[in-house]
Amino acid sequence: MTVSASAADNVAIACRNLRKTFVLRNTRSMKESVVWLLTGRKGDLSRKFDAIKDISLDVVQGETVALLGLNGSGKSTLLKLISGVLQPDGGTVRTRGRVAGLIEVGAGFHHDLSGRDNVYLNGAILGMTEKQIDTMFDSIVEFSEIGEFIDTEVKFYSSGMYLKLAFSIAVHTDPEVFLIDEILAVGDEPFQRKCIKKIKELAAAGKTLFVVSHDLDLVSTVCERGVLLEHGKVIMDSDVHCVVKELRARSEGD
Amino acid sequence: MKSSSNELSTPGSGRGLLDVYSNRFLLKLLVRKEIKVRYRGSVLGLLWSYVKPLMQFMIYFVALGIFLNLQKATPNYAIYLFSGIVLVNFFTESLGNSTRSIVENRDLIRKIYLPRELFPVSTIWVSAAHFMPQVVILVGAALLVGWEPSAYQLLAVVAAFIIVAILGTGLGLLFGAINVYFRDSENIVDMILMVVTWASPVLYTWTMARDALGSWFFLYQANPMTVAVEIFHWAFWYPTLGSEQIGMVELPSDLIALWLPVALLVSLGVLFFGQLVFRRLAVHFAQEL
Repeated sequence: MTVSASAADNVAIACRNLRKTFVLRNTRSMKESVVWLLTGRKGDLSRKFDAIKDISLDVVQGETVALLGLNGSGKSTLLKLISGVLQPDGGTVRTRGRVAGLIEVGAGFHHDLSGRDNVYLNGAILGMTEKQIDTMFDSIVEFSEIGEFIDTEVKFYSSGMYLKLAFSIAVHTDPEVFLIDEILAVGDEPFQRKCIKKIKELAAAGKTLFVVSHDLDLVSTVCERGVLLEHGKVIMDSDVHCVVKELRARSEGD
Repeated sequence: MKSSSNELSTPGSGRGLLDVYSNRFLLKLLVRKEIKVRYRGSVLGLLWSYVKPLMQFMIYFVALGIFLNLQKATPNYAIYLFSGIVLVNFFTESLGNSTRSIVENRDLIRKIYLPRELFPVSTIWVSAAHFMPQVVILVGAALLVGWEPSAYQLLAVVAAFIIVAILGTGLGLLFGAINVYFRDSENIVDMILMVVTWASPVLYTWTMARDALGSWFFLYQANPMTVAVEIFHWAFWYPTLGSEQIGMVELPSDLIALWLPVALLVSLGVLFFGQLVFRRLAVHFAQEL
């Protein structure tokens, strides 16, 4: 599958006819499956539903895209397909350069390790090399405002400190494409402002941003382009302000 | 990573175990994490890794060697037993933990793409780290009774260890992947682990199995664990025997020339198969967990 010639050089994310079907299995034991096979496959062991139906989307390098939609419209699934966590059932996704997800920050944290160990572990999980973490370490700690607590086990951290450290690591991973899923609700107000400022800096530095958020005011300041999803389909793709207006109109109409 | 930034690539398509090698820094951190976490908040810390096997050895020596007087039929029975047991311990811990490793790391696997082979492989390294103190105790005990191995025997020990590590990785990948879909996998593995201790000459001598199995003995001998345990006996126990005891024991024929390569091939076959199944199943880990 080739990408259309006009977009081939600078496209960062290319989705073609993406489809993702989830199979909801009702059993998790071999016995039930074997019985089902032996009894002539009566009834359904599973239900299927399409989370993503035929999405084609190009994101050019340096673009800032907001992915909008109500709950269950397929936003997070699309993000997971782009990050490689999920594999599509149809179509292709391709990305250029390193893609890092700021998806549920802190997923790689271990409670019994110190903040310092967690910086290294989480940094490596997000794809940083040892050298990169060494050089970034002070900057990560400074941004997180953790200070002297960096050598304390993270289980003693307040939830705010925990998120701040996790966010700080994530923004220091320096990938070409950032996938951001609902993480802007981090910490207190001053830290939130700092995060938003950092994200804007990333955008200004030419990073590709792909943001999922329900905070419509926020995404319209951070992003330029808006993509509206509904039931796994793109129903609108244009300037972020127009898309936000459309989403608001639809929500009120319901 | 920078070199690939000019091409479009498909996210989430890994190269299997090769990716583990390119992520060895992360592998190192995962292994270190497990080892740190194991002894958190304990005063003796890593010393426990030595105390426990030492205790185990003493029990064998006193209860089995002296009370049951098994050292009459098998001289230095405690050394014989312990050299097999440490290897079985390594295998048991490797396979048991790697089977659970994918399910236990589900929070990470569901959210971030990593080469998933990292998790089973890291548990093998952790098991190896727990295996080393046991070898130290074994060597200490063997030296006390006059162990003088040849360089050839020490090399064979390394080979046996590698065979078991490969076998554990292969089976760990296989059952770890299946465990995502069918949690029965853990129970099957528990059963395998129960059988392993008895399917190789750990508690008895290999001649007993040969005499009972007759022409089917080659199947028993094709088990890589059997070969690895026999190599450990040959390297750790055999050189501790006095000249009058040597005559009492019989070593398996062609152990190094024939059975060691066979065991290596069987283990590599298992590893290949495990990796194959793992790659096929890994595609849907994130949505099945």
